[in-house]
Amino acid sequence: MGFLEVEAVSHQYAGTDAQVLNEVSLTIQENEFFTLLGPSGCGKTTMLRILAGFEVPSRGRVTLDGQDILRIPPWRRPVNTVFQSYALFPHLTILRNVTFGLKMRGVAKADRHGAARRALDLVRLDGFADRMPSDLSGGQQQRVALARALACQPRLLLLDEPLSALDYKLRKEMQGELKRIQRETGTSFVFVTHDQEEALAMSDRIAVMRQGTLEQVGNPSDIYDRPSSDFVAEFIGDSNLLNAAPDSQGRLCLPGGRALGIRGDAPARVMIRPEALRIAPDGNLSGQVTDLVYSGAATRFLVALDGGEETVQIQQTSTEAAGISMGDKVCLAYDPQQLWVVAP
Amino acid sequence: MSTAASVAGRRRAGLAAPAILCIAFFMGGPMCIMVFVSLVERAPDGGVIWGNFTTDAYKQFLFEENLLGETTLNADYLRIYLRSALLAGFTVLATLIVGFPTAMYIAMQHPRRRALLIFFLSLPFWVNLLVRNYAWLLLLRANGLLDQAAMALRLTSEPLNILYSNTAIAIGLTYSFLPLMVLPIYAAMEKFDFSLVEAAFDLGASRWQALMHVIVPGVKGGIVAGCLLVFIPGLGSYVTPVLLGGSKSLMIGNLIETQFAAARNWPFGAALAFVLLMMVMAAALLRAALLRKSRRAKSSNP
Ligand SMILES: Nc1ncnc2c1ncn2[C@@H]1O[C@H](COP(=O)(O)OP(=O)(O)OP(=O)(O)O)[C@@H](O)[C@H]1O
Ligand SMILES: [Mg+2]
Repeated sequence: MGFLEVEAVSHQYAGTDAQVLNEVSLTIQENEFFTLLGPSGCGKTTMLRILAGFEVPSRGRVTLDGQDILRIPPWRRPVNTVFQSYALFPHLTILRNVTFGLKMRGVAKADRHGAARRALDLVRLDGFADRMPSDLSGGQQQRVALARALACQPRLLLLDEPLSALDYKLRKEMQGELKRIQRETGTSFVFVTHDQEEALAMSDRIAVMRQGTLEQVGNPSDIYDRPSSDFVAEFIGDSNLLNAAPDSQGRLCLPGGRALGIRGDAPARVMIRPEALRIAPDGNLSGQVTDLVYSGAATRFLVALDGGEETVQIQQTSTEAAGISMGDKVCLAYDPQQLWVVAP
Repeated sequence: MSTAASVAGRRRAGLAAPAILCIAFFMGGPMCIMVFVSLVERAPDGGVIWGNFTTDAYKQFLFEENLLGETTLNADYLRIYLRSALLAGFTVLATLIVGFPTAMYIAMQHPRRRALLIFFLSLPFWVNLLVRNYAWLLLLRANGLLDQAAMALRLTSEPLNILYSNTAIAIGLTYSFLPLMVLPIYAAMEKFDFSLVEAAFDLGASRWQALMHVIVPGVKGGIVAGCLLVFIPGLGSYVTPVLLGGSKSLMIGNLIETQFAAARNWPFGAALAFVLLMMVMAAALLRAALLRKSRRAKSSNP
């Protein structure tokens, strides 16, 4: 039995008839970095609000450490949230914002100041204790919200897109910091993000959500290499999805008749990642380059395969790509082990 | 040098000019006249003797001459001021206790419902204050509706005798000024971001702690405005004490009126009005000073 158990939770906001969450079940372990990933409006924030206690689900059960928490009001749950909208108290200084949770719990002033300073150090805002929230940039406010939640030392920390307002470099740094904090404190994190790269880099496990249902739950390589549906394959990273059907010998073939090199007994969707395809003279597939995008370390090509409407993306390092231009005829090679049958 | 800023400044001053002139003429003018009236000798038949300057009117506020011609302290007027301040202070407290939850309730309703509730709140203003106070007279008088209800419920066996007392004035003032407390607090609540309350709950604040540490500071401006809007006119209220108070529960407004009308002592009436003005201004300055001090304390000691 997990640390946090979400059992068949469904939710519908009062006064609406749309089901925002539909029979969602999750198990989260102690000290796990768990990510909810999904497109805007799929119900990620709603899930966090249920865990934090701001919404009571229409149906289902949630237990934390074996205890049913749905009846416990938010202020008595050992859970803290980093809100998507920060929700800093505008009338309090940064230091007082960060000590707020400890003050509510009656922690002595000296202790709570120590804890707040440590939390502010952690998010690299040590010089900002006496400023007001309105004097800070969006990214700084976001880090204060993080420090405020961390200062309470929750057993479960809910983070609603806590890094979305940071620039690329700071985001990378904070990702590392968050991961380190999570490991060192032994806290379970439920982390919400749109950003699949961030999810892959940080999570122990990822749940991909789609319109209120869980599409797939697994560790990052499960999700990336072995997606269970077209939706997951396309949402996480770039992918080529090819329609294939078995021929008389049970080999999966493209509509044009070319065998892919794996077997199957029913029509299937076959995925191959752009970086698994390479341009090689003896390649199994052939086609014509229709587009080419240079992006520093790598170059992406669109190749229209011969004998069908399929167009695939491929990614090559820029040295490999040198000398290939639009309209060229190319052959593509791959290792059949990197093909993945999405939906048999 | 005529910079763009100074041109804009002059244009803005131009926009404010009509209001400034109105205030100067219709408020500043009469006030000057009143200061003047309070500093001259009274004429026996009412009115004043222009040119005979004296501070008698202000002395009369605190002292009286006994039959032997000695000056002794007379606390009667001071007592009336104190009673007025206490009644106005009580009114502030009562309207705050009743009005704050009301304002919060309205602010948390659906926007369309809010407009309706605010409309209901302003309905009493459509009826003259005098008439509304008469209604209270009927409710509070001996064997009136309140007494009958209390006796029917066996809460008391005799009439309560509320009318013509400080209690009756307090009830009347609270009733009259309640909307003035609710409206500014509601206006502040409407702008308040209630997701901050969720953040407070999330950080372990109980409902009461969230109220005191997050909601109240967030709508402080509205609360202060409401308290001033109730306290200042409460201090000078006239109609309610006349109708609901007895001869022993005069308030400042009634005293001033008596001096101008029945007693024909204009200088004293004017002096009484000025003492009231000074008290209000002192309260406002005190508040500003306290606010500044608390702000400094906050920034130096988090
Ligand atoms: N208070 C509410 N009342 C009614 N419907 C709501 C409410 N809050 C959210 N919804 C609806 O619930 C659905 C899920 O919203 P939610 O905020 O959980 O999405 P999300 O996954 O967090 O999206 P985003 O990535 O944009 O933050 C949306 O369709 C939204 O319109
Ligand atoms: Mg959201």
